Amino acid sequence: MKVYADNAATTKVRPEALEAYVKTSQTLFGNPSSLHSEGQRAKELLEDCRARVARALNADPREIYFTSGGSEADNQAILSAARAGEKKGKKKIVSTAIEHHAVLHTLEKLKKEGFEIFLLPVGASGIVSAADAEKAIDENTCLVSVMLANNEIGTVQPVKEIAALCNAKKIPFHTDAVQAVGHMPVDVKDIGCDYLALSGHKFEGPRGTGALYCRRGAPLFPLVEGGAQERGKRAGTEDLPAIAAMAAALEIAVKNLPETTKYVQTLRDFVIDGLSVIPHCALNGDRERRLAGNVSFCFEGVEGEALLLYLDDLGVCASSGSACTSGSLDPSHVLLAIGRVHDVAHGSLRLTFNENNTMEEMKYLVEAVKTVVAKVRAFSPVWRDLQEGKRQYIL
Amino acid sequence: MSLYSEKVMDHFRNPRNVGVIDDPDGVGEVGNAKCGDIMKMYIKVRDGILVDVKFETFGCGSAIASSSMATEMIKGKPISEALTLTNQAVTEALGGLPAYKLHCSVLAEQAVQAAILDYYKKNNIPYDPAEFKCEHCAHEDEHGSEE
Repeated sequence: MKVYADNAATTKVRPEALEAYVKTSQTLFGNPSSLHSEGQRAKELLEDCRARVARALNADPREIYFTSGGSEADNQAILSAARAGEKKGKKKIVSTAIEHHAVLHTLEKLKKEGFEIFLLPVGASGIVSAADAEKAIDENTCLVSVMLANNEIGTVQPVKEIAALCNAKKIPFHTDAVQAVGHMPVDVKDIGCDYLALSGHKFEGPRGTGALYCRRGAPLFPLVEGGAQERGKRAGTEDLPAIAAMAAALEIAVKNLPETTKYVQTLRDFVIDGLSVIPHCALNGDRERRLAGNVSFCFEGVEGEALLLYLDDLGVCASSGSACTSGSLDPSHVLLAIGRVHDVAHGSLRLTFNENNTMEEMKYLVEAVKTVVAKVRAFSPVWRDLQEGKRQYIL
Repeated sequence: MSLYSEKVMDHFRNPRNVGVIDDPDGVGEVGNAKCGDIMKMYIKVRDGILVDVKFETFGCGSAIASSSMATEMIKGKPISEALTLTNQAVTEALGGLPAYKLHCSVLAEQAVQAAILDYYKKNNIPYDPAEFKCEHCAHEDEHGSEE
């Protein structure tokens, strides 16, 4: 059996999105900036897509800027708020220890430029506290950036509460909603954010697509200079077929959201319950306040890459936050932030589902993970030491 | 998977000489769990020959394959020959490793040396320290700054 359980990495493009892509590239191939009728028809579709994406987020179409993906949208939002803050002499940014690298690396860049970066801790639950955010925010703060849902452990953050704190103090608030959009209700007005980043390929749209919601009046500077596309905020000829495909995928995802989340959650809960019986393992992140399709575990005495490769041999595509899979010496910063020590963080496994997965797959998956964990532990000197009492169990 | 060579995947899927020797003449353990890989090598020696070699590894695919390959390369060989095993030889025998995984082959070389050193020490056999490239784990040096 083949089980694709890495939907947080990317998804299979849904047929309706592919159809929109093909149709647009064949019948509406004009450049939206061209004056002739082909161009104007393309322009109409572009604005129609913008309106549909806006509707999905409860935004105004003028607040939607198409980008190459979530990373670009995150970069543009953060850098824009930082530049605007700098002009007012405000150079502090508050964010969290569990952000995606698109946010963290942008903040590191700003730190080198003299910005003060404060990263909110998360406890074992993997959720930041609004009270901590309130303490961290001061008169020098020019931006607060908190992700809506974490990409590794799926925990959903109290962005609405933190945004309210920011709004009261007139501090711009950005949220990286890449993992959330299309997977849980996202309403920019309800959240009260100034910026929100999304990515098309996380909800069965094509790669290379994304959007930045920027509340009217919030500062926005282009990262790419050139033509006047996207109202001067993002130069370069629009990838209209891909944008049309993303809009189609988003519309369907949002329309089906209640039933999809309910269904995917049953898959998730089945897998969490099934894997919890493995000795000396632990679920990463809060069990309830997490994305419907996210399962993340640490298994003591095993290393994540070996798990992934053996699972791949059994037809299961999964992901891990071990150092070996990241190409660095340190395991995932998210796992370290929730208090997993290195030894245990190396043994992590992330399984992420969407509506294309089936309960049959989940049953197979649970057995496959049990088999592989036992296989790896059988020749792990760490597991032997734990069993013989020469090393203390952490989990 | 194209991350690793066929040879690496073969040794990863079917590790040779995996397990423990109940009454070993020498045991070497290198690496640390914090860095994500530990290799433990067990040896049985008769008349200067490594008559049996077994390993246990906590680590990634290339760590498992490297230890498996190393045991295959030294089993049945005289100690003097096993001491000349280099990480390059292990890497070559595996058909190459990705650059950021080369330290796995270094660990395999060190695990072999650590097991032989343990055998020498346990049996009060005089040895030339120069024969051992690292008496303690060079892997720790490599990662030392991380502590």
